[in-house]
Amino acid sequence: MRFIFDRNTWQEIFGSISKNKTRTIITVIGVLWGIFIYIALSGAAKGLDNGFDKVFKTVAINSMFVWGQSTSMPYDGYKTGRQMQLKLDDVETLKNRIPEVQYIAPRISQGQFGNEPVYTVRGQKSGSYTLNGDYPIYTKIATKKIFDGGRFINQEDIDQARKVIVIGERVEQELFDKGENPVGAYIRVGSIYFQVIGVTKLAEGVSFDSDSAMFIPFTTYRKLYNSGDNIGYMCIAAYDDADAVQVEKDIKALLRNIHRVDPKDERAFGSANLGEIFNRTMGFADGLTFMSLVVGIATILAGVIGIGNILLISVKERTKELGVRRALGATPGEVRNQIILESVFLTVIAGILGIILGAGVLALINTLTKDADFPYTNPTVPIPYVLGALVIMVVLGTLIGLIPAQRAVSIRPIEALREE
Amino acid sequence: MIEIKDLHKSYKMGSNSLHVLKGINFSVEEGELVAIMGSSGSGKSTLLNILGMLDELDEGTYTLDGVPIVNLNETKAANYRNKFLGFVFQSFNLINYKTAMENVALPLYYQRMPRKQREEKALKYLEQVGLKEWATHLPSELSGGQKQRVAIARAMAAEPKVLLADEPTGALDSTTSYEVMELIQKINDQGNTILIVTHEEDIAHMCKRIVHLKDGIILEDKKVKQVRAVTNVQ
Repeated sequence: MRFIFDRNTWQEIFGSISKNKTRTIITVIGVLWGIFIYIALSGAAKGLDNGFDKVFKTVAINSMFVWGQSTSMPYDGYKTGRQMQLKLDDVETLKNRIPEVQYIAPRISQGQFGNEPVYTVRGQKSGSYTLNGDYPIYTKIATKKIFDGGRFINQEDIDQARKVIVIGERVEQELFDKGENPVGAYIRVGSIYFQVIGVTKLAEGVSFDSDSAMFIPFTTYRKLYNSGDNIGYMCIAAYDDADAVQVEKDIKALLRNIHRVDPKDERAFGSANLGEIFNRTMGFADGLTFMSLVVGIATILAGVIGIGNILLISVKERTKELGVRRALGATPGEVRNQIILESVFLTVIAGILGIILGAGVLALINTLTKDADFPYTNPTVPIPYVLGALVIMVVLGTLIGLIPAQRAVSIRPIEALREE
Repeated sequence: MIEIKDLHKSYKMGSNSLHVLKGINFSVEEGELVAIMGSSGSGKSTLLNILGMLDELDEGTYTLDGVPIVNLNETKAANYRNKFLGFVFQSFNLINYKTAMENVALPLYYQRMPRKQREEKALKYLEQVGLKEWATHLPSELSGGQKQRVAIARAMAAEPKVLLADEPTGALDSTTSYEVMELIQKINDQGNTILIVTHEEDIAHMCKRIVHLKDGIILEDKKVKQVRAVTNVQ
């Protein structure tokens, strides 16, 4: 071990490496390329992973929508083509009967799915926007960022059916002047005046609502449109560990049961499952990370084998030199250690250069994609991965160095010195 | 200094065994300059290799400076070589990517001498062989005679008990051969023990003693009057 910390050893190794420049450079490039690919790939995979995370940050992971369509099978005396209407009661039933459900936010809306948006006026300005009747629980499923000074609908708004409204960012821009504080102001929606209580910021990534939507208490909406217990659709969040696909199936089966629809009728209720999409995307990202790990390590391996190969050839070339060293008093151990340390030294230098280069490329990609509409954020390689790669390289470098080193030792000095 | 008794050595070549040394008795005193002569196949190189611990003996005993050389493993042999012996080869065997000085300093590295001291000593020996100005040159930039002088400086740098030279002038023309021999004589004059393997009569007569080897036995072992190598050319 003393050998490794001896300055003379390193001077000797450094001498041998720096005097054989071509060999050294070719050797280094192999491993450098390997570790570069490894760092760049796993960093990029991580960046994509982070990007997806950011996209899905604003919504509950296991969330889905369910809405009524029309039946495609006759059942229980009803004819086919019956229009399905979800009711407020369904929400309670689903919550009670399906334990995986965490939140359900019923919603009814005007201006979505083909029906007329609502004409809205403030002073001289006007526009047509989507109007949603919501419960406060909605924010548990889709995060709503409200600008300072405002709030979302709360339980008292519901209880008292207040005429208050939360407006989207674009609605604010179109109805209000710049610098004007919309909170507290009144706007006319249809023929009723509402007081603005908040402005929603458009969320980055996946969002359920556009920025030209408006939100009023559900109870106010049903009075306004005389919609009774009808709801447009339900936003449902299952617990994070629940199987989103199964929950979706259970919900639809239960709804078919409640509304007396043929259990085999797949078209009576429509649904969109974000959890499934999310899982698929994350699975894709995981797969990518795994693949980049495998490809990266394989490339490093190839590089290290290259080092071993070149050292093996160089041992053959240096047979005479090694023989001379032996004649001058180098012990077999010293010769072996020199070859192994040359291998490890080259591997580590190449590795460090590769890491620096890889990090540089990642930083470059990050700068280039900063403003692009592309799910790619903060591409990093965790330090343990980098250290792990370095350890792997040192171990492999030693192991691969053993082959040429053993070969070097197995040549007897007298044979090495024999005239060609 | 060197004491060899009843030395036998044979090489196995498949089913045949080649008996190269057939009972050599031979001793060298300190300060001697001995030429080992013989035609090719006479066993002179094998003898030198055994003396140099590059090869093992089959039978007999070998004592070097009072130390019996027995049961050598490679590590032990390397340490003895480093401590006792200096080698000069026919083809110089300098390390081509090291400068003259680094080549001379190499045996000192294996003695674990610190770098500074190593370089000082290497320069001192290069000066002795008259090549101090060439210290930073690579072997490829030196002439044959210069290379051999660097090799001699390298062999001397470790301050060995015995200098073993295998055809040191074999690759040189006669002028440079004489230069090299003059240097070897000078080193011998300082009291160093030197063994030279050669097949050239004139080179052999520049030594103080000639040992004739033929077919693995010593044919003749005589003291001769030393002819001083005089470089009368240039």
